[in-house]
Amino acid sequence: MSGHDQGQPLLQAEGLKLRFGGIIAADGINLSLFPGEHLAIIGPNGAGKTTFLNICTGYLKPNAGRVSVGGQEITGRPPRRITRMGVARAFQIPQLFTEQTVLENMLLAGSIRERRWNLLRRLDGIPGRAEMEHLLDLVGCADVRNRLASELPEGKRKLVDIALALALKPKVLLMDEPTSGVASADKFGVMETLMNALREAHVSSVFVEHDMEMVKLYATRVAVWAQGIIQMTGEPEVVLNDPDVIRNVIGN
Amino acid sequence: MKKGLVAFALLLALALLPFAASNMVVFATMVMAKGLAVLGILVLLRADQVSFGHAMFFAAGAYTAAFLTAAWRDIDLILLLVATLAVTGIAGLLIGVFVTRYRGIFFGMINLAFSMVLYSILEKAFHITGGSDGLRIRRPTLLGFEFSRSEFDLVMFYVVLAVAAACCVLVGRYLLSPLGQALRAVKTNETRVEYLGLSAKSVLLTGYVISAMLCGLGGVLMGLVQGLASPEHAFWSRSAELVFIAVLGGQGHIAGAFAGTLVFEWVRTSAAALLDDSWQLILGVTLIAIILWAPGGLIQLWHRLAGRRTSSDRTGSESGVAE
Repeated sequence: MSGHDQGQPLLQAEGLKLRFGGIIAADGINLSLFPGEHLAIIGPNGAGKTTFLNICTGYLKPNAGRVSVGGQEITGRPPRRITRMGVARAFQIPQLFTEQTVLENMLLAGSIRERRWNLLRRLDGIPGRAEMEHLLDLVGCADVRNRLASELPEGKRKLVDIALALALKPKVLLMDEPTSGVASADKFGVMETLMNALREAHVSSVFVEHDMEMVKLYATRVAVWAQGIIQMTGEPEVVLNDPDVIRNVIGN
Repeated sequence: MKKGLVAFALLLALALLPFAASNMVVFATMVMAKGLAVLGILVLLRADQVSFGHAMFFAAGAYTAAFLTAAWRDIDLILLLVATLAVTGIAGLLIGVFVTRYRGIFFGMINLAFSMVLYSILEKAFHITGGSDGLRIRRPTLLGFEFSRSEFDLVMFYVVLAVAAACCVLVGRYLLSPLGQALRAVKTNETRVEYLGLSAKSVLLTGYVISAMLCGLGGVLMGLVQGLASPEHAFWSRSAELVFIAVLGGQGHIAGAFAGTLVFEWVRTSAAALLDDSWQLILGVTLIAIILWAPGGLIQLWHRLAGRRTSSDRTGSESGVAE
Protein backbone atom coordinates (compact mmCIF):
# COMPACT_ATOMS: atom_id res chain seq x y z
CA MET A 1 0.00 0.00 0.00
CA SER A 2 2.11 2.88 -1.24
CA GLY A 3 -0.69 5.35 -0.81
CA HIS A 4 0.12 7.70 -3.67
CA ASP A 5 -3.14 6.97 -5.43
CA GLN A 6 -5.38 7.63 -2.44
CA GLY A 7 -6.63 11.07 -3.39
CA GLN A 8 -6.04 14.14 -1.31
CA PRO A 9 -3.31 13.90 1.33
CA LEU A 10 -4.22 14.53 4.97
CA LEU A 11 -0.99 16.33 5.56
CA GLN A 12 1.24 17.73 2.89
CA ALA A 13 4.58 19.51 3.00
CA GLU A 14 5.88 21.18 -0.14
CA GLY A 15 9.35 22.60 -0.62
CA LEU A 16 10.06 23.12 3.07
CA LYS A 17 13.31 24.89 3.79
CA LEU A 18 14.70 25.79 7.16
CA ARG A 19 18.18 26.52 8.37
CA PHE A 20 19.50 27.37 11.82
CA GLY A 21 22.64 29.41 11.28
CA GLY A 22 24.95 27.12 9.35
CA ILE A 23 22.89 23.99 9.90
CA ILE A 24 20.45 23.02 7.19
CA ALA A 25 17.56 21.13 8.75
CA ALA A 26 15.33 21.10 5.69
CA ASP A 27 16.36 21.85 2.16
CA GLY A 28 13.33 21.32 -0.01
CA ILE A 29 11.24 18.70 1.74
CA ASN A 30 8.23 17.28 -0.06
CA LEU A 31 6.28 14.76 1.95
CA SER A 32 2.64 13.75 2.07
CA LEU A 33 0.58 11.59 4.38
CA PHE A 34 -2.47 9.86 2.97
CA PRO A 35 -5.45 8.50 4.89
CA GLY A 36 -4.75 5.17 6.55
CA GLU A 37 -1.00 5.50 6.32
CA HIS A 38 1.53 5.13 9.11
CA LEU A 39 4.58 6.88 7.81
CA ALA A 40 7.91 6.31 9.54
CA ILE A 41 10.65 8.88 9.20
CA ILE A 42 14.13 7.48 9.72
CA GLY A 43 17.53 9.08 9.40
CA PRO A 44 20.70 9.96 11.27
CA ASN A 45 20.53 11.98 14.46
CA GLY A 46 20.30 15.71 13.95
CA ALA A 47 19.00 15.31 10.41
CA GLY A 48 15.95 17.47 11.07
CA LYS A 49 13.26 14.89 11.70
CA THR A 50 11.95 16.56 14.83
CA THR A 51 12.21 19.91 13.07
CA PHE A 52 9.79 18.54 10.50
CA LEU A 53 7.25 17.78 13.23
CA ASN A 54 7.83 21.24 14.66
CA ILE A 55 7.13 22.87 11.30
CA CYS A 56 4.03 20.75 10.63
CA THR A 57 2.53 21.69 13.99
CA GLY A 58 3.33 25.38 13.74
CA TYR A 59 6.01 25.48 16.41
CA LEU A 60 8.61 26.59 13.85
CA LYS A 61 8.07 28.65 10.74
CA PRO A 62 9.94 27.47 7.65
CA ASN A 63 12.09 29.86 5.62
CA ALA A 64 10.29 28.66 2.52
CA GLY A 65 7.64 26.15 1.52
CA ARG A 66 4.16 25.38 2.74
CA VAL A 67 2.30 22.87 4.85
CA SER A 68 -1.35 22.01 4.35
CA VAL A 69 -3.87 19.93 6.23
CA GLY A 70 -6.65 18.46 4.15
CA GLY A 71 -5.84 20.88 1.35
CA GLN A 72 -5.91 23.97 3.57
CA GLU A 73 -2.66 25.84 4.04
CA ILE A 74 -1.56 26.12 7.66
CA THR A 75 2.03 27.37 7.37
CA GLY A 76 2.83 29.67 10.26
CA ARG A 77 -0.39 29.12 12.18
CA PRO A 78 0.04 28.62 15.91
CA PRO A 79 0.04 25.04 17.29
CA ARG A 80 -3.37 25.34 18.94
CA ARG A 81 -5.10 26.17 15.66
CA ILE A 82 -3.37 23.34 13.82
CA THR A 83 -4.24 21.01 16.69
CA ARG A 84 -7.89 21.98 16.36
CA MET A 85 -7.76 21.01 12.69
CA GLY A 86 -7.10 17.44 13.74
CA VAL A 87 -3.31 17.22 13.91
CA ALA A 88 -2.23 16.04 17.36
CA ARG A 89 1.29 15.55 18.57
CA ALA A 90 3.09 13.29 21.01
CA PHE A 91 6.52 14.34 22.17
CA GLN A 92 9.88 12.67 22.49
CA ILE A 93 10.11 14.06 26.00
CA PRO A 94 6.62 13.69 27.50
CA GLN A 95 4.83 16.99 27.94
CA LEU A 96 2.45 16.58 30.87
CA PHE A 97 0.86 18.73 33.53
CA THR A 98 3.12 17.53 36.30
CA GLU A 99 1.21 18.95 39.27
CA GLN A 100 -2.00 17.19 38.30
CA THR A 101 -3.01 13.57 38.29
CA VAL A 102 -2.92 11.46 35.15
CA LEU A 103 -6.71 11.44 35.03
CA GLU A 104 -6.87 15.23 35.43
CA ASN A 105 -4.43 15.54 32.54
CA MET A 106 -6.73 13.44 30.40
CA LEU A 107 -9.91 15.20 31.52
CA LEU A 108 -8.37 18.53 30.60
CA ALA A 109 -7.62 17.24 27.12
CA GLY A 110 -11.20 15.97 26.90
CA SER A 111 -12.78 19.23 27.98
CA ILE A 112 -10.55 21.21 25.63
CA ARG A 113 -11.65 19.01 22.74
CA GLU A 114 -15.32 19.43 23.61
CA ARG A 115 -14.80 23.07 24.61
CA ARG A 116 -16.46 22.63 27.98
CA TRP A 117 -15.86 25.90 29.76
CA ASN A 118 -18.63 26.03 32.34
CA LEU A 119 -16.83 27.78 35.21
CA LEU A 120 -19.01 26.15 37.84
CA ARG A 121 -18.79 22.57 36.64
CA ARG A 122 -16.12 20.33 38.10
CA LEU A 123 -13.48 18.96 35.75
CA ASP A 124 -13.86 15.47 37.19
CA GLY A 125 -17.56 15.50 36.44
CA ILE A 126 -17.38 16.13 32.69
CA PRO A 127 -19.34 13.74 30.46
CA GLY A 128 -16.23 12.52 28.65
CA ARG A 129 -14.78 10.92 31.76
CA ALA A 130 -15.56 7.31 30.84
CA GLU A 131 -13.97 7.78 27.43
CA MET A 132 -10.80 9.20 28.99
CA GLU A 133 -10.58 6.33 31.46
CA HIS A 134 -10.98 3.95 28.54
CA LEU A 135 -8.09 5.60 26.71
CA LEU A 136 -5.89 5.27 29.79
CA ASP A 137 -6.85 1.63 29.94
CA LEU A 138 -5.94 1.27 26.29
CA VAL A 139 -2.38 2.51 26.80
CA GLY A 140 -2.05 0.50 29.99
CA CYS A 141 -2.03 3.41 32.39
CA ALA A 142 -5.35 2.90 34.18
CA ASP A 143 -3.49 1.77 37.31
CA VAL A 144 -1.74 5.13 37.70
CA ARG A 145 -4.65 7.41 36.90
CA ASN A 146 -4.77 8.93 40.38
CA ARG A 147 -1.03 9.50 40.63
CA LEU A 148 0.56 12.84 39.93
CA ALA A 149 1.99 12.96 36.42
CA SER A 150 5.40 13.89 37.87
CA GLU A 151 5.54 10.68 39.91
CA LEU A 152 5.29 8.30 36.97
CA PRO A 153 8.24 6.38 35.55
CA GLU A 154 9.43 7.60 32.14
CA GLY A 155 7.76 4.81 30.18
CA LYS A 156 4.34 5.53 31.64
CA ARG A 157 4.74 9.25 31.13
CA LYS A 158 5.45 8.58 27.50
CA LEU A 159 2.25 6.58 27.19
CA VAL A 160 0.17 9.22 28.94
CA ASP A 161 1.63 11.78 26.56
CA ILE A 162 0.36 9.71 23.64
CA ALA A 163 -3.00 9.20 25.35
CA LEU A 164 -3.34 12.99 25.70
CA ALA A 165 -2.90 13.34 21.96
CA LEU A 166 -5.38 10.53 21.29
CA ALA A 167 -7.90 12.17 23.60
CA LEU A 168 -8.27 14.90 21.00
CA LYS A 169 -9.63 12.37 18.48
CA PRO A 170 -7.20 13.61 15.83
CA LYS A 171 -7.13 12.71 12.15
CA VAL A 172 -3.36 12.69 12.18
CA LEU A 173 -1.02 11.86 15.04
CA LEU A 174 2.59 12.98 14.86
CA MET A 175 4.85 11.01 17.18
CA ASP A 176 8.49 11.59 18.01
CA GLU A 177 10.07 8.25 18.91
CA PRO A 178 6.89 6.88 20.51
CA THR A 179 8.57 4.05 22.40
CA SER A 180 11.86 5.60 23.45
CA GLY A 181 11.96 5.56 27.23
CA VAL A 182 9.61 2.58 27.41
CA ALA A 183 11.33 -0.46 28.92
CA SER A 184 12.61 -2.59 26.04
CA ALA A 185 10.68 -5.66 27.17
CA ASP A 186 7.44 -3.68 26.82
CA LYS A 187 8.27 -1.81 23.64
CA PHE A 188 6.61 -4.07 21.13
CA GLY A 189 3.58 -4.69 23.28
CA VAL A 190 3.10 -0.96 23.70
CA MET A 191 3.56 -0.22 20.02
CA GLU A 192 1.18 -3.05 19.11
CA THR A 193 -1.49 -1.63 21.41
CA LEU A 194 -0.87 1.85 20.15
CA MET A 195 -1.10 0.96 16.47
CA ASN A 196 -4.24 -1.08 17.08
CA ALA A 197 -5.75 1.92 18.82
CA LEU A 198 -4.83 4.14 15.87
CA ARG A 199 -6.32 1.73 13.36
CA GLU A 200 -9.47 1.34 15.39
CA ALA A 201 -9.94 5.10 15.60
CA HIS A 202 -8.97 5.62 11.93
CA VAL A 203 -6.06 7.85 12.87
CA SER A 204 -3.21 8.13 10.40
CA SER A 205 0.23 8.75 11.79
CA VAL A 206 3.73 9.98 11.17
CA PHE A 207 6.38 8.70 13.52
CA VAL A 208 10.05 9.42 13.84
CA GLU A 209 11.77 6.17 14.77
CA HIS A 210 15.26 4.79 15.29
CA ASP A 211 14.32 1.18 15.90
CA MET A 212 14.27 -0.49 12.47
CA GLU A 213 12.46 -3.53 13.82
CA MET A 214 9.61 -1.22 14.82
CA VAL A 215 9.61 0.44 11.42
CA LYS A 216 9.50 -2.92 9.65
CA LEU A 217 6.54 -4.07 11.74
CA TYR A 218 4.36 -0.99 11.92
CA ALA A 219 5.11 1.47 9.14
CA THR A 220 3.10 1.33 5.94
CA ARG A 221 5.65 3.61 4.30
CA VAL A 222 9.12 4.85 5.18
CA ALA A 223 10.85 8.14 4.39
CA VAL A 224 14.60 8.46 4.75
CA TRP A 225 15.63 11.92 5.89
CA ALA A 226 19.27 12.92 5.57
CA GLN A 227 21.13 16.15 4.82
CA GLY A 228 17.88 18.07 4.86
CA ILE A 229 16.23 16.16 2.05
CA ILE A 230 14.12 13.04 1.65
CA GLN A 231 16.60 10.56 0.22
CA MET A 232 14.05 7.88 -0.47
CA THR A 233 10.48 6.85 0.31
CA GLY A 234 8.76 3.52 -0.14
CA GLU A 235 7.53 0.39 1.51
CA PRO A 236 9.53 -0.79 4.51
CA GLU A 237 10.86 -3.98 2.86
CA VAL A 238 12.22 -2.01 -0.07
CA VAL A 239 13.68 0.92 1.82
CA LEU A 240 15.21 -1.02 4.68
CA ASN A 241 16.97 -3.34 2.23
CA ASP A 242 18.38 -0.58 0.07
CA PRO A 243 22.19 -0.69 0.15
CA ASP A 244 22.58 3.09 0.48
CA VAL A 245 20.10 3.25 3.32
CA ILE A 246 21.78 0.34 5.09
CA ARG A 247 25.17 2.03 4.76
CA ASN A 248 24.15 5.55 5.74
CA VAL A 249 21.27 5.17 8.18
CA ILE A 250 20.97 1.69 9.57
CA GLY A 251 24.59 0.54 9.29
CA ASN A 252 25.99 2.03 12.44
CA MET B 1 -19.54 16.47 53.05
CA LYS B 2 -17.36 16.88 56.12
CA LYS B 3 -15.76 19.90 54.49
CA GLY B 4 -19.13 21.49 53.89
CA LEU B 5 -20.03 20.95 57.51
CA VAL B 6 -16.84 22.63 58.73
CA ALA B 7 -17.47 25.57 56.40
CA PHE B 8 -21.04 25.89 57.61
CA ALA B 9 -19.99 25.79 61.26
CA LEU B 10 -17.38 28.46 60.58
CA LEU B 11 -19.95 30.64 58.83
CA LEU B 12 -22.37 30.24 61.73
CA ALA B 13 -19.69 31.09 64.28
CA LEU B 14 -18.77 34.21 62.31
CA ALA B 15 -22.42 35.22 62.02
CA LEU B 16 -22.64 35.13 65.83
CA LEU B 17 -19.50 37.22 66.30
CA PRO B 18 -21.33 40.56 66.74
CA PHE B 19 -23.18 39.08 69.76
CA ALA B 20 -20.01 37.65 71.31
CA ALA B 21 -17.53 40.41 70.62
CA SER B 22 -19.13 43.53 69.21
CA ASN B 23 -15.86 45.47 69.39
CA MET B 24 -14.37 43.08 66.82
CA VAL B 25 -17.02 43.69 64.17
CA VAL B 26 -15.28 46.41 62.14
CA PHE B 27 -11.96 44.62 62.34
CA ALA B 28 -13.51 41.38 61.11
CA THR B 29 -15.31 43.21 58.31
CA MET B 30 -12.08 44.75 57.07
CA VAL B 31 -10.24 41.44 57.27
CA MET B 32 -12.89 39.76 55.14
CA ALA B 33 -12.98 42.61 52.62
CA LYS B 34 -9.24 42.57 52.21
CA GLY B 35 -9.28 38.78 52.14
CA LEU B 36 -11.43 38.97 49.02
CA ALA B 37 -8.69 40.92 47.26
CA VAL B 38 -6.10 38.40 48.45
CA LEU B 39 -8.31 35.67 47.03
CA GLY B 40 -7.92 37.40 43.67
CA ILE B 41 -4.14 37.21 44.00
CA LEU B 42 -4.48 33.54 44.89
CA VAL B 43 -6.29 32.79 41.63
CA LEU B 44 -3.35 34.10 39.60
CA LEU B 45 -0.86 32.29 41.84
CA ARG B 46 -2.44 29.06 40.60
CA ALA B 47 -0.84 29.82 37.26
CA ASP B 48 2.34 30.90 39.06
CA GLN B 49 1.79 34.53 38.10
CA VAL B 50 2.29 37.31 40.62
CA SER B 51 0.77 40.71 39.98
CA PHE B 52 2.34 43.68 41.73
CA GLY B 53 -0.43 45.97 40.59
CA HIS B 54 -3.72 44.50 41.71
CA ALA B 55 -4.33 47.31 44.16
CA MET B 56 -5.47 49.24 41.06
CA PHE B 57 -8.61 47.12 40.96
CA PHE B 58 -9.03 47.53 44.71
CA ALA B 59 -8.91 51.31 44.21
CA ALA B 60 -11.22 51.06 41.20
CA GLY B 61 -13.79 49.41 43.46
CA ALA B 62 -13.52 52.10 46.13
CA TYR B 63 -13.70 54.97 43.60
CA THR B 64 -16.69 53.39 41.88
CA ALA B 65 -18.52 53.63 45.19
CA ALA B 66 -17.29 57.19 45.75
CA PHE B 67 -18.45 58.44 42.35
CA LEU B 68 -21.79 56.66 42.42
CA THR B 69 -22.73 57.65 45.96
CA ALA B 70 -21.82 61.24 45.13
CA ALA B 71 -23.98 61.22 42.01
CA TRP B 72 -27.02 59.43 43.48
CA ARG B 73 -27.76 60.01 47.13
CA ASP B 74 -29.94 57.03 47.82
CA ILE B 75 -28.15 54.49 45.73
CA ASP B 76 -28.45 50.92 46.93
CA LEU B 77 -25.48 48.91 48.15
CA ILE B 78 -26.38 46.02 45.88
CA LEU B 79 -26.17 48.36 42.90
CA LEU B 80 -22.74 49.50 44.03
CA LEU B 81 -21.54 45.92 44.12
CA VAL B 82 -22.93 45.17 40.68
CA ALA B 83 -21.42 48.38 39.26
CA THR B 84 -18.04 47.50 40.78
CA LEU B 85 -18.14 44.05 39.25
CA ALA B 86 -18.88 45.60 35.87
CA VAL B 87 -16.20 48.30 36.14
CA THR B 88 -13.43 46.02 37.42
CA GLY B 89 -14.49 43.22 35.09
CA ILE B 90 -14.15 45.49 32.06
CA ALA B 91 -10.95 47.08 33.37
CA GLY B 92 -9.57 43.61 34.06
CA LEU B 93 -10.43 42.53 30.54
CA LEU B 94 -8.82 45.58 28.88
CA ILE B 95 -5.66 45.49 30.97
CA GLY B 96 -5.65 41.70 30.97
CA VAL B 97 -5.60 41.44 27.18
CA PHE B 98 -2.33 43.29 27.33
CA VAL B 99 -0.62 41.88 30.43
CA THR B 100 -1.47 38.20 29.89
CA ARG B 101 0.99 38.18 27.00
CA TYR B 102 3.72 38.25 29.63
CA ARG B 103 4.86 35.81 32.28
CA GLY B 104 6.82 35.94 35.48
CA ILE B 105 8.70 39.09 36.34
CA PHE B 106 7.40 40.92 33.25
CA PHE B 107 3.81 40.11 34.16
CA GLY B 108 4.40 41.44 37.67
CA MET B 109 6.11 44.61 36.55
CA ILE B 110 3.64 45.53 33.81
CA ASN B 111 0.83 45.23 36.31
CA LEU B 112 2.83 47.47 38.61
CA ALA B 113 3.22 50.02 35.82
CA PHE B 114 -0.53 50.06 35.13
CA SER B 115 -1.32 50.52 38.80
CA MET B 116 1.11 53.41 39.14
CA VAL B 117 -0.45 55.11 36.13
CA LEU B 118 -3.81 54.85 37.89
CA TYR B 119 -2.26 56.10 41.14
CA SER B 120 -0.85 59.17 39.40
CA ILE B 121 -4.15 59.94 37.71
CA LEU B 122 -6.04 59.64 40.98
CA GLU B 123 -3.58 61.95 42.68
CA LYS B 124 -3.20 64.53 39.91
CA ALA B 125 -6.74 64.84 38.57
CA PHE B 126 -7.71 66.81 41.65
CA HIS B 127 -11.01 68.26 40.45
CA ILE B 128 -12.38 64.81 39.61
CA THR B 129 -10.75 62.50 42.12
CA GLY B 130 -10.13 64.81 45.05
CA GLY B 131 -6.37 64.41 44.69
CA SER B 132 -4.38 62.95 47.53
CA ASP B 133 -7.24 63.54 49.96
CA GLY B 134 -9.38 61.13 48.02
CA LEU B 135 -13.16 61.11 47.99
CA ARG B 136 -15.72 60.51 50.69
CA ILE B 137 -18.03 57.58 50.23
CA ARG B 138 -21.53 58.23 51.48
CA ARG B 139 -23.45 55.51 53.25
CA PRO B 140 -25.69 53.81 50.72
CA THR B 141 -29.05 52.28 51.48
CA LEU B 142 -29.58 48.55 51.52
CA LEU B 143 -32.78 47.27 49.92
CA GLY B 144 -34.27 50.70 50.49
CA PHE B 145 -33.41 50.95 54.20
CA GLU B 146 -31.27 53.74 55.59
CA PHE B 147 -28.91 53.11 58.48
CA SER B 148 -27.15 55.17 61.12
CA ARG B 149 -23.36 54.98 61.47
CA SER B 150 -23.37 52.24 64.11
CA GLU B 151 -26.13 50.24 62.42
CA PHE B 152 -24.26 50.48 59.15
CA ASP B 153 -21.15 48.84 60.65
CA LEU B 154 -23.22 45.85 61.58
CA VAL B 155 -24.95 45.78 58.20
CA MET B 156 -21.59 45.91 56.45
CA PHE B 157 -20.34 43.03 58.55
CA TYR B 158 -23.13 40.79 57.35
CA VAL B 159 -22.93 42.03 53.77
CA VAL B 160 -19.19 41.36 53.63
CA LEU B 161 -19.66 37.99 55.29
CA ALA B 162 -22.26 37.03 52.71
CA VAL B 163 -20.19 38.28 49.78
CA ALA B 164 -17.06 36.54 51.07
CA ALA B 165 -18.93 33.27 51.60
CA ALA B 166 -20.46 33.44 48.12
CA CYS B 167 -17.07 34.23 46.57
CA CYS B 168 -15.42 31.33 48.39
CA VAL B 169 -17.99 28.92 46.98
CA LEU B 170 -17.84 30.35 43.46
CA VAL B 171 -14.06 30.64 43.31
CA GLY B 172 -13.78 27.13 44.74
CA ARG B 173 -16.01 25.87 41.94
CA TYR B 174 -14.07 27.82 39.34
CA LEU B 175 -10.71 26.45 40.49
CA LEU B 176 -12.04 22.89 40.12
CA SER B 177 -13.61 23.56 36.73
CA PRO B 178 -11.73 22.84 33.49
CA LEU B 179 -10.60 26.45 33.06
CA GLY B 180 -9.56 26.69 36.71
CA GLN B 181 -7.58 23.47 36.44
CA ALA B 182 -6.09 24.81 33.24
CA LEU B 183 -4.45 27.57 35.31
CA ARG B 184 -2.26 24.92 36.90
CA ALA B 185 -1.66 23.40 33.49
CA VAL B 186 -0.41 26.77 32.26
CA LYS B 187 1.92 26.83 35.23
CA THR B 188 3.49 23.44 34.57
CA ASN B 189 3.37 23.09 30.79
CA GLU B 190 2.19 25.89 28.57
CA THR B 191 3.46 24.08 25.47
CA ARG B 192 1.13 21.16 26.10
CA VAL B 193 -1.80 23.49 26.70
CA GLU B 194 -1.29 24.97 23.24
CA TYR B 195 -0.78 21.52 21.75
CA LEU B 196 -4.14 20.43 23.12
CA GLY B 197 -5.71 23.26 21.16
CA LEU B 198 -6.24 25.75 23.97
CA SER B 199 -4.84 29.25 24.18
CA ALA B 200 -2.85 29.63 27.40
CA LYS B 201 -3.43 33.35 27.14
CA SER B 202 -7.19 33.02 27.33
CA VAL B 203 -6.89 30.71 30.33
CA LEU B 204 -4.84 33.35 32.07
CA LEU B 205 -7.14 36.14 30.90
CA THR B 206 -10.17 34.43 32.44
CA GLY B 207 -8.29 34.12 35.71
CA TYR B 208 -7.16 37.72 35.45
CA VAL B 209 -10.67 39.09 35.00
CA ILE B 210 -11.93 37.02 37.92
CA SER B 211 -9.07 38.18 40.12
CA ALA B 212 -9.68 41.81 39.11
CA MET B 213 -13.34 41.51 40.09
CA LEU B 214 -12.42 39.96 43.45
CA CYS B 215 -10.03 42.83 44.15
CA GLY B 216 -12.73 45.26 43.07
CA LEU B 217 -15.23 43.72 45.48
CA GLY B 218 -12.64 43.91 48.26
CA GLY B 219 -12.04 47.56 47.41
CA VAL B 220 -15.66 48.66 47.28
CA LEU B 221 -16.47 46.91 50.55
CA MET B 222 -13.38 48.30 52.29
CA GLY B 223 -14.20 51.75 50.92
CA LEU B 224 -17.74 51.54 52.28
CA VAL B 225 -16.48 50.50 55.71
CA GLN B 226 -13.91 53.28 55.86
CA GLY B 227 -16.11 55.80 54.07
CA LEU B 228 -13.18 56.82 51.93
CA ALA B 229 -11.58 56.19 48.54
CA SER B 230 -7.98 57.33 48.49
CA PRO B 231 -5.19 57.15 45.91
CA GLU B 232 -3.23 55.25 48.53
CA HIS B 233 -5.52 52.32 47.72
CA ALA B 234 -3.79 52.04 44.33
CA PHE B 235 -0.24 52.60 45.58
CA TRP B 236 2.25 49.84 44.74
CA SER B 237 2.91 48.98 48.38
CA ARG B 238 -0.76 48.01 48.70
CA SER B 239 -0.34 45.60 45.80
CA ALA B 240 2.76 44.16 47.41
CA GLU B 241 0.85 43.80 50.66
CA LEU B 242 -1.78 41.67 48.92
CA VAL B 243 0.93 39.42 47.50
CA PHE B 244 2.63 39.30 50.91
CA ILE B 245 -0.60 38.14 52.54
CA ALA B 246 -1.25 35.57 49.81
CA VAL B 247 2.17 34.02 50.40
CA LEU B 248 1.71 34.20 54.15
CA GLY B 249 -1.67 32.51 53.95
CA GLY B 250 -0.62 29.91 51.43
CA GLN B 251 -2.04 29.04 48.05
CA GLY B 252 -3.15 25.51 48.82
CA HIS B 253 -6.64 26.48 49.91
CA ILE B 254 -9.09 29.36 49.57
CA ALA B 255 -9.09 29.74 53.36
CA GLY B 256 -5.45 30.79 53.10
CA ALA B 257 -6.49 34.18 51.75
CA PHE B 258 -8.58 34.97 54.82
CA ALA B 259 -6.33 33.29 57.37
CA GLY B 260 -3.39 35.24 55.96
CA THR B 261 -5.28 38.52 56.15
CA LEU B 262 -6.40 37.82 59.69
CA VAL B 263 -2.87 37.12 60.90
CA PHE B 264 -1.47 40.06 58.94
CA GLU B 265 -3.94 42.57 60.33
CA TRP B 266 -3.77 41.11 63.81
CA VAL B 267 0.02 41.38 63.91
CA ARG B 268 -0.17 44.87 62.53
CA THR B 269 -2.61 46.14 65.15
CA SER B 270 -1.22 44.33 68.16
CA ALA B 271 2.43 45.00 67.28
CA ALA B 272 1.69 48.68 66.94
CA ALA B 273 0.18 48.68 70.42
CA LEU B 274 3.16 46.81 71.81
CA LEU B 275 6.00 48.69 70.22
CA ASP B 276 5.92 51.72 67.93
CA ASP B 277 6.60 51.04 64.26
CA SER B 278 7.58 47.47 64.93
CA TRP B 279 4.91 45.77 62.87
CA GLN B 280 6.87 45.74 59.62
CA LEU B 281 9.77 44.10 61.46
CA ILE B 282 7.57 41.44 63.01
CA LEU B 283 5.75 40.72 59.76
CA GLY B 284 9.03 40.62 57.87
CA VAL B 285 10.47 38.05 60.23
CA THR B 286 7.20 36.08 60.07
CA LEU B 287 7.35 35.94 56.30
CA ILE B 288 10.99 34.85 56.28
CA ALA B 289 10.11 32.08 58.71
CA ILE B 290 7.14 31.03 56.58
CA ILE B 291 9.16 30.93 53.38
CA LEU B 292 11.93 28.94 55.04
CA TRP B 293 9.88 26.41 56.98
CA ALA B 294 6.42 26.37 55.48
CA PRO B 295 6.46 27.57 51.89
CA GLY B 296 2.82 26.49 51.68
CA GLY B 297 1.98 29.25 54.17
CA LEU B 298 -0.49 29.06 57.03
CA ILE B 299 -2.42 26.39 55.15
CA GLN B 300 0.60 24.11 55.26
CA LEU B 301 1.13 24.88 58.97
CA TRP B 302 -2.51 24.04 59.60
CA HIS B 303 -2.16 20.71 57.84
CA ARG B 304 0.91 19.97 59.94
CA LEU B 305 -0.83 20.91 63.17
CA ALA B 306 -3.99 19.01 62.31
CA GLY B 307 -1.29 16.47 61.93
CA ARG B 308 -0.93 12.85 61.15
CA ARG B 309 -4.60 12.14 61.29
CA THR B 310 -5.47 14.20 58.21
CA SER B 311 -2.50 12.94 56.24
CA SER B 312 -3.27 9.30 56.97
CA ASP B 313 -6.93 10.01 56.26
CA ARG B 314 -5.99 11.33 52.89
CA THR B 315 -3.83 8.41 51.83
CA GLY B 316 -6.59 6.14 53.07
CA SER B 317 -9.24 7.79 50.94
CA GLU B 318 -6.90 7.89 47.97
CA SER B 319 -6.33 4.18 48.00
CA GLY B 320 -10.08 3.87 48.37
CA VAL B 321 -10.54 5.80 45.14
CA ALA B 322 -7.97 3.69 43.35
CA GLU B 323 -9.81 0.47 43.99
